[in-house]
Amino acid sequence: MKYVDEFREPGIISGVARELARTVDPARHYRVMEVCGGHTHSIYRHGLRDVLPANIELVHGPGCPVCVLPTGRVDDGLAIAARDGVVLTCFGDMMRVPGTKGTPLEMKARGADIRMVYSPLDALRIAEQHPQKHICFFSIGFETTAPSTALTILRARELGLQNFSVFCNHVTIVPAMRAILDSPDMRIDGFVGPGHVSSITGCRPYEFIAADYRKPVVVAGFEPLDILEAILMVVRQLNAGEARVENQYKRIVPWEGNPPALRAMAQVFELRPYFEWRGLGFISQSALAIKDAFAAYDAEKLFDIPGVRVTDPRGAQCGEVLKGVLKPPQCKLFGTECNPEHPVGALMVSSEGACAAYYRYAVYSAAVEAPA
Amino acid sequence: MTTIESTRRTPRFADAQIEMAHGAGGTASRRLVEGLIGPYFSNPALQAFSDAAALSIEGTRIATTADGFVVKPLRFPGGSIGELAVNGTLNDLAVSAAKPVALMATLILEAGLATSTLESEIEAMAIAARKAGVPIVGGDTKVVEHGMADGMYVSTFGIGATDPRVTLDPASIRPGDRVLLSGPIGAHGITILLARGELDFQADLVSDTRCVWPFVEALLSRCGPGLRWMRDPTRGGVATALNELVRSSEYGIALSEENVPMHDAVRGACELLGLDPLHIANEGQFLAVVAPGYADAALEAVRSVEGGERAVYIGEVRAEPKRRVVGINGYGGTRVIDMLVGDPLPRIC
Repeated sequence: MKYVDEFREPGIISGVARELARTVDPARHYRVMEVCGGHTHSIYRHGLRDVLPANIELVHGPGCPVCVLPTGRVDDGLAIAARDGVVLTCFGDMMRVPGTKGTPLEMKARGADIRMVYSPLDALRIAEQHPQKHICFFSIGFETTAPSTALTILRARELGLQNFSVFCNHVTIVPAMRAILDSPDMRIDGFVGPGHVSSITGCRPYEFIAADYRKPVVVAGFEPLDILEAILMVVRQLNAGEARVENQYKRIVPWEGNPPALRAMAQVFELRPYFEWRGLGFISQSALAIKDAFAAYDAEKLFDIPGVRVTDPRGAQCGEVLKGVLKPPQCKLFGTECNPEHPVGALMVSSEGACAAYYRYAVYSAAVEAPA
Repeated sequence: MTTIESTRRTPRFADAQIEMAHGAGGTASRRLVEGLIGPYFSNPALQAFSDAAALSIEGTRIATTADGFVVKPLRFPGGSIGELAVNGTLNDLAVSAAKPVALMATLILEAGLATSTLESEIEAMAIAARKAGVPIVGGDTKVVEHGMADGMYVSTFGIGATDPRVTLDPASIRPGDRVLLSGPIGAHGITILLARGELDFQADLVSDTRCVWPFVEALLSRCGPGLRWMRDPTRGGVATALNELVRSSEYGIALSEENVPMHDAVRGACELLGLDPLHIANEGQFLAVVAPGYADAALEAVRSVEGGERAVYIGEVRAEPKRRVVGINGYGGTRVIDMLVGDPLPRIC
């Protein structure tokens, strides 16, 4: 398969792994955060930890949209779903995220009309097909998914749809990275930067991390070869005492980003003064709201939403894991009360969540010889 | 008259309600069957939780199986609910090393179902049964109100004669045994997903639904004593089937991920949708654990039957890690391959 097989070719990957082993300073410990949940997933899915030198420690970052969504917002979304005549649509990942009274999937089993979609445009299509119902799209995600939500709202206006709205939960990655960098228990040497987000935003937004915090950032793709190469680039910068923003994912990420997508976002969204992140608390100017000009499509303005803040489940240490202070198995609930089938925290839900990735792919980590 | 001693255990099913995941064939299904249903019905034949129950009538070993079909849509590229019902039931007998003898089928029909739709499914059942040389000897017909079922559901019962040359038992696998897969995986699940038309992409793919008895028959005659265990990896896919095996044994399985065959369309769809092909349902494949001394003969036997050309060994039984399935890729990266959790693709069969 093109654009996949080339980046999973065992010979090339082994070659980069050997180069990495030669490059690391054995006297040094490297703590590298992969910001993006997609990277976390790929690292475990492709067993990359098995080929990394022992003194490279990967810290899983906050770039998993489902994981950082606070329970209160899930409850708000489910309150919309409970209304008569409303169909709530969301991405598959959201279906198993626990709210106070259960997950969207459990609400669906009890009769709420909640449907999984692969794109907000699918939700729009449902709205066109069912004019007697109101279709609300529960939007989540970073800059990766925000443009498609913006374009969907623009399209809804173009079509003159009266029965479609968005419950907007889009967040932006840079304020979260800054919050982690400002956290007193932060001990990260460099970043493997987000790939999909950067395809929209470009690489410039990370320049303050290199300039002000003196940490290298290497924007990376999601295939095993991409991630290994990005780690190698971070290590090279650290060895040379440098801190720059580099772009490993040039085949997808233009340095200046995607101007039409950014324009669509700017047309539809504005920054919220503050927004709650699970585990990280309230972060100022870290999320998007729908502008007043599009209020007719804003579920928060159309419906009376409880807006109650819900504390994280007792004992769950999602925040510490999200900040990279704890490894998933160091959480008190990991693998016992909290497992992929009965997640307590959202990090155990999404395949991009550090806990789910760790639970699924890395319970057994000793080297195994390949079968004949 | 014999007295049946109750071996009933206390149910351990804590879920408050039934959800779609309980029908997905993964961990939730297992919890439902073993935690709620099993304890009430508990008896030695049921205890194995295998595809078919092994019974003995005056010294004759037979295998019985029952199955339900709720696939949506009723017709899809490569098959339909009627054909699936017949082949699915035959396959449960086949992987229990039982030559299918007869089938029964119950139809649950929704008022308003077009007769032409029903007739084409009855015809599909007849064709599949005739092809396998197995008669459908009875059944039942029920009708529910419009809106209370989705067109039609089929429930089947099958009976087969257990081959005297083999004893299949998960506990009999040993380190060094090889894991044979009959052909490319995931075609059924992805075909159904695409046939629902909810996704904006199409692929040239048909379901792999077929009867696997001809392959099993070749295996039994060429290397019966070398066969340890067989399973058709339907809901939950290859990953779930192999996990169920290792959890009933003392050993683990190392899977060479690059050796697992699949169509490009399956691989591409899984990449795009974030699905693991090892969790996707198959309806015409089977897995067999073969003793090392019979490995060449077994592969040769399956490949010699038409449609078995892509059979391959995908892994082997290992002493460690116990009761786990571990995938290994071409550069030595490893990952745990777990059972299916949740329900990515409901109503697949």
